[in-house]
Amino acid sequence: MTAGLSRRDFLTRSGALVVSFSMAPLLGPLASGQGQFDTHLSHIDPAKLDSWIAVGADGIVTGYTGKCDFGQGMYTAQTQLIAEELCIPMERVRLIQCDTSVTPDQGTTSGSQSTPTNFNDSGLAQAAATAREALINLAAQHLGVPANLLTATAGFISAKAGRRVSYGELVVGKKFNLAVDLKAKRRHPSEWTILGKPVPDVDIRALATGQFEFVHNIHVTGMLHGRVVRPPAVRATVVSVDESSVRGIPGLVKVVVRKNFVGVVAVKQMQAMQAAAELKVVWTSDTSLPPQQDFYDYIRKQPSRDVLMVDSQDVDQKVAQAATVLKATYCHPYQAHGSIGASCAVADVRPEKATVWSPTQSVYPTRQGVATLLGLSVDDVRVIFVRGSGCYGLNGADTVSFDAALLSQAVHRPVRVQLSRADEMAWGENYGAACVIDQRAGVDATGTIVAWDCEPWSVSLGGRPGYDRPGNVITGALAGYEPRTVTPQAASQPTGVLDNGGNAVPSYVAGCVGEKCGGTGSIRSERVLTHTVKSPFFTGPLRSPLRLQNTFAHECFMDELSAHAKTDPVAYRLRHLREPRLIDVVKAAAQAAKWDARPSPRFDPHRSEVASGRGIACVAYEGDNGYVALVAEVEVDPASGRVQAKRFVVAQDCGPMSNPVGMRNQIEGGVLQGMSRALGEEITWDDRNITSTSWNTYHSLPLGIAVPVVESILINRSDVSATGAGEAAITVVAAAIGNAVFDATGARLRQVPFTPTRVKAALAARN
Amino acid sequence: MAAISLRVNGAAHTVDVDPETPLLYVLADELHMRGPKFGCGLGQCGACTVLMDGRAVRSCITPVGSVNHAEIVTLEGLGTPENPHPIQQAFIDEQAAQCGFCLSGVILSAKAFLDQNPKASDDEIRQALAGVLCRCFVHTRMFKAIQRYAETRRA
Repeated sequence: MTAGLSRRDFLTRSGALVVSFSMAPLLGPLASGQGQFDTHLSHIDPAKLDSWIAVGADGIVTGYTGKCDFGQGMYTAQTQLIAEELCIPMERVRLIQCDTSVTPDQGTTSGSQSTPTNFNDSGLAQAAATAREALINLAAQHLGVPANLLTATAGFISAKAGRRVSYGELVVGKKFNLAVDLKAKRRHPSEWTILGKPVPDVDIRALATGQFEFVHNIHVTGMLHGRVVRPPAVRATVVSVDESSVRGIPGLVKVVVRKNFVGVVAVKQMQAMQAAAELKVVWTSDTSLPPQQDFYDYIRKQPSRDVLMVDSQDVDQKVAQAATVLKATYCHPYQAHGSIGASCAVADVRPEKATVWSPTQSVYPTRQGVATLLGLSVDDVRVIFVRGSGCYGLNGADTVSFDAALLSQAVHRPVRVQLSRADEMAWGENYGAACVIDQRAGVDATGTIVAWDCEPWSVSLGGRPGYDRPGNVITGALAGYEPRTVTPQAASQPTGVLDNGGNAVPSYVAGCVGEKCGGTGSIRSERVLTHTVKSPFFTGPLRSPLRLQNTFAHECFMDELSAHAKTDPVAYRLRHLREPRLIDVVKAAAQAAKWDARPSPRFDPHRSEVASGRGIACVAYEGDNGYVALVAEVEVDPASGRVQAKRFVVAQDCGPMSNPVGMRNQIEGGVLQGMSRALGEEITWDDRNITSTSWNTYHSLPLGIAVPVVESILINRSDVSATGAGEAAITVVAAAIGNAVFDATGARLRQVPFTPTRVKAALAARN
Repeated sequence: MAAISLRVNGAAHTVDVDPETPLLYVLADELHMRGPKFGCGLGQCGACTVLMDGRAVRSCITPVGSVNHAEIVTLEGLGTPENPHPIQQAFIDEQAAQCGFCLSGVILSAKAFLDQNPKASDDEIRQALAGVLCRCFVHTRMFKAIQRYAETRRA
């Protein structure tokens, strides 16, 4: 896309193409029901080619996608995909992403599912392949040449004799009126000339020169500014609101109260800020938050929903017979998405219809949530995705979209809401969940694991609002909608096939449910019993949700087992793995890192100076959605307790790669974000409210750190399906660093983050 | 409210706002600048950074009334997509962005520092970036881009 040209500008300019879709609402009231992609039916039928691809008379190809870009590279990769399948240069592709008026409902852009959904044999890829074949068929008629003698190149279909016709001439701006052909042939990775190549990010020029339009830059005529007033305690409710307390503030338009949702609207942002600060609200007092220092014990005492992921029913017996039994418990805190920009949205709510410019990952579910909150028909709400700052999951994007909708409805004018930093950190986002994870394993006389027993405890409240739960995010709950909570339930024996989407099941067990073994390892005696309890704070997906927490516990425990067996941690892993793709990434990372094969630790207890060590961790992300191994090299200063990573070597296999530049960028960012989460990030609270409300109290590693080297080994496979790539690497970072610290010092870190205080305590506990 | 005159990216503007209004809101809301962003409103992250007479300042905590006749340059004033400033070009060449929201803080802080300290060492550059955040953690590429620009300053 031309730098400086906003998505909105483009949507307006490409009106001729979009108009063909605006016919859809005339078809009458829409039936509700289940659509593709686990979503509800929308007026844009994903079975139709025209829902995905339009060819203009000028030959420009426009793609319509329900998977959007937050900085993870999906805009560029999808542009490459369309260019590749349609055999045209990227400059002739336009992409419209996530707008409920014009794009298919692809649910939420999350969970490393954009690549599996849109780059294999479904979604956008299949539509683009269908469009290429349709153009060839049209050309066959036009040129009077059989389709199998025609080739598509650079926007033309050509016959061998040199006769050719352009896409624009064939389609002349009309619809295809065809179904997406599930048998249309995708171009094979061996033929790719654009996809799979290191293509620079399409938006980077606009980003680097300050021209890119973020949602924070949206201006709508007549727009006012809103701010929210959140409760001073997590469980506080509104007693009264004294509107006279802000009456004198210039520009104030309205104080808006809906149950426990309180906000102000003013002409200028400064005035809204001032009114929000000065508005006198009486809240109920509440000091009943569980103390943070005992929180991991508190979790275990709550009623829980239990699920047996695997249970070979012989674990207790095998453990009793084992030569040695090892046990350990790992703790992971609540963490924040901590988007660099506090969330922002703009809503224009009129009596009969509403438009919301939102940074949400889920335009269609958000449309439903807004409709519910406003009492409008879902057909009268349009949600347009406009990029916010990187979100990494369920940050404040959905909640601020609801804030803007509620405030705009109250004043009948467009309203822009900017959350403050404290709003975002304490009352905006759904945190990554805290976990406490118990591990127990039986080991035979040779050190081989004979039984693995794991019990993860995690917390949950709310989550993505989906289509029916606006109360799952803070604003919906404040406005009176119930969040999803945990219904205690005992576990029953697992049935069906293993679903290791949360990586609760360690990589080293066989993962057998009935006769089918879906795990990646060889240990046959296995039990994984998960417990979920109600969280005092809202939770939701944060980059590698639960997978990161579980993998931290699995991979550190595996390291403890290998140390007990006095075996090299890489060799010990390979001894218990059977998934070839996971084995390959472990070997590739070890080889590239020039792994020093020997048992851990290597520390000399008499040394007092800085110690160095290396550690490894690996995972099959979500069980089968990307394979990664990471070697971390660290230094530990025993005097200060400071851990400094020096080098990371990552090997990653995500099937056929869409863009190696994008993948490297995701790996590098994921590893360093994982390092920041492992070393410093932790949500804190007192007896009433969150206390980590700014960058002084929530510790993100700044640009000024001595940045470790990150080396990425990309394993490209064209014989398998494409998997996600954005969340795999971060999943193994805390474990690899913890294992490297153990190698360097013999001190085992079992609680994230590895703060200097905890490191010093672990060093002191060694002997 | 008061009429306040500003020079931004070489152009004169007059706005009618409360002088206590943070400069960021004037740039973003009144002048529709896209470069400086609201990150924290506390001067802790750098996303709102602009150059004021060549110095990097955090516009979210700078009252517009205190700007006086300073020459303000925002990220979009530094260069254009067609003709980016060398430090912007270095970020483009290194693909040093993911979401890109933090770039005003990263690029302008580094530029202001290197322009005043063209011979700065890597450690000194790091110290200058101690208060700048990137939550996508594009640190490796950003530092390479800054080093690339630093080379041109030294040359």
